[in-house]
Amino acid sequence: MSGTPHTADVSPLRNRSYWAAFLLGIAVMAAIDEIVFHQILAWHHFYDGATPDIALLSDGLLHAAELFVFVFGFFLMLDARRRETFRASFAWAGFLVGLGLFQVWDGVIDHKVLRLHQIRYGVELLPYDIAWNAAGGALLLSGLVWTLMLFRRTRTASPRP
Amino acid sequence: MQPETKTAIDVHVHDPGPGDDLSAHVILAAPFVVAIIVYVAAAVGQRGWPWHRTAAWVAGVIAAYAAFGGPLASASHQSFTAHMAAHLLVGMVAPLLLVLAAPVTLALRTMSVVPARRLSRVLRSPLARALVNPVVAALLNVGALWALYLTPLYALMRDVMLVHVLVMLHFLFAGCLYTVALVPIDPSPHKAGFAFRAAVLVLSLAAHGALAKLLYARPPPGIAATDAHIGAQLMYYGGDAVDLVLIVLLCAEWYRTSGRRLPAGTVSRPTGVSAPTISRGTSS
Repeated sequence: MSGTPHTADVSPLRNRSYWAAFLLGIAVMAAIDEIVFHQILAWHHFYDGATPDIALLSDGLLHAAELFVFVFGFFLMLDARRRETFRASFAWAGFLVGLGLFQVWDGVIDHKVLRLHQIRYGVELLPYDIAWNAAGGALLLSGLVWTLMLFRRTRTASPRP
Repeated sequence: MQPETKTAIDVHVHDPGPGDDLSAHVILAAPFVVAIIVYVAAAVGQRGWPWHRTAAWVAGVIAAYAAFGGPLASASHQSFTAHMAAHLLVGMVAPLLLVLAAPVTLALRTMSVVPARRLSRVLRSPLARALVNPVVAALLNVGALWALYLTPLYALMRDVMLVHVLVMLHFLFAGCLYTVALVPIDPSPHKAGFAFRAAVLVLSLAAHGALAKLLYARPPPGIAATDAHIGAQLMYYGGDAVDLVLIVLLCAEWYRTSGRRLPAGTVSRPTGVSAPTISRGTSS
């Protein structure tokens, strides 16, 4: 067991727990968005009266995919554990990438390109947009840097035979 | 509020007398009562039949009946929100519970050989195969929903009792087909692959959510804005809740079947591979 590296340790991108946590990251940020901003703060609205119909369709698709990803991520994680390919460091890196990617997607595509909704209404939007996208960018960047570090570590740990 | 009070009076005037009303309720309730009696009788005869399946059947039949008779059904002629609650019960909650009750498995175990063979031949027929194709089932279910709310059919359904019953029956059967196509519990000779079923589930959930938001944005004619807003949100979040259960069932099935394919020894714990489900017990 200790002589040859397990296939799970070859690279983070070929590890099941990385992708499981990536999906969970997307879903957790989507859930935070829904729970904190829609339900608790009520800054977002169910429908803001200005959304084009085609954006409603794409929003429905995104929301449905989030719900699926949330559940499938859990089962994929269970599967990684069952196969003994679960690696906590890979999983955390994937989780951060997922969190950040959703937030940046929401901030750039949903808010600005599709104009599904804005972060808050009746206020100067710019500081909110900057805060949202900067936070998402920071999460995404730290996740990507961590992934790169894991790449280098796995490469040095398992030299080619 | 004005137009609604008017229709309320309208409906009241056309209501049959109390005696006719009672017999109409009895006729409407009879099939549901029979469904419960037949299932429970069969389940009692089968030693070891899981009690939770019987509970699911009883709850499913009651949920389905709520859309046809009782206070919710009568309120749904005036209130869009009540209509939507009834619709969620008959089209989503009841089918899920009825499918979880595995009625075909119970029937195959209870019936004698000849009718059981006949039933399994019907289940294997080309028609059954076409109906439980995920795309066909999703179109019959969510596609019909779009047709109902974006055409005058919805207004007709509110005015004519027969249309109301037919529409609700359609959604009960379409909901059952949809659930069976995506998360079959009973023996399913035509089961589609996991990725195909997952894609159809996500797309139909998206179509359901988008329709809810369209109804919020542009209420059907004759519906007050506040009523439409509450009803549309009920449709959106209620649909999410039921579809979440469908997603969990679908992914759990993926987890079980992919566990069976794992070579022995790669699985960390022997409990990773679950015991065979009841549907496999009867397929021989």
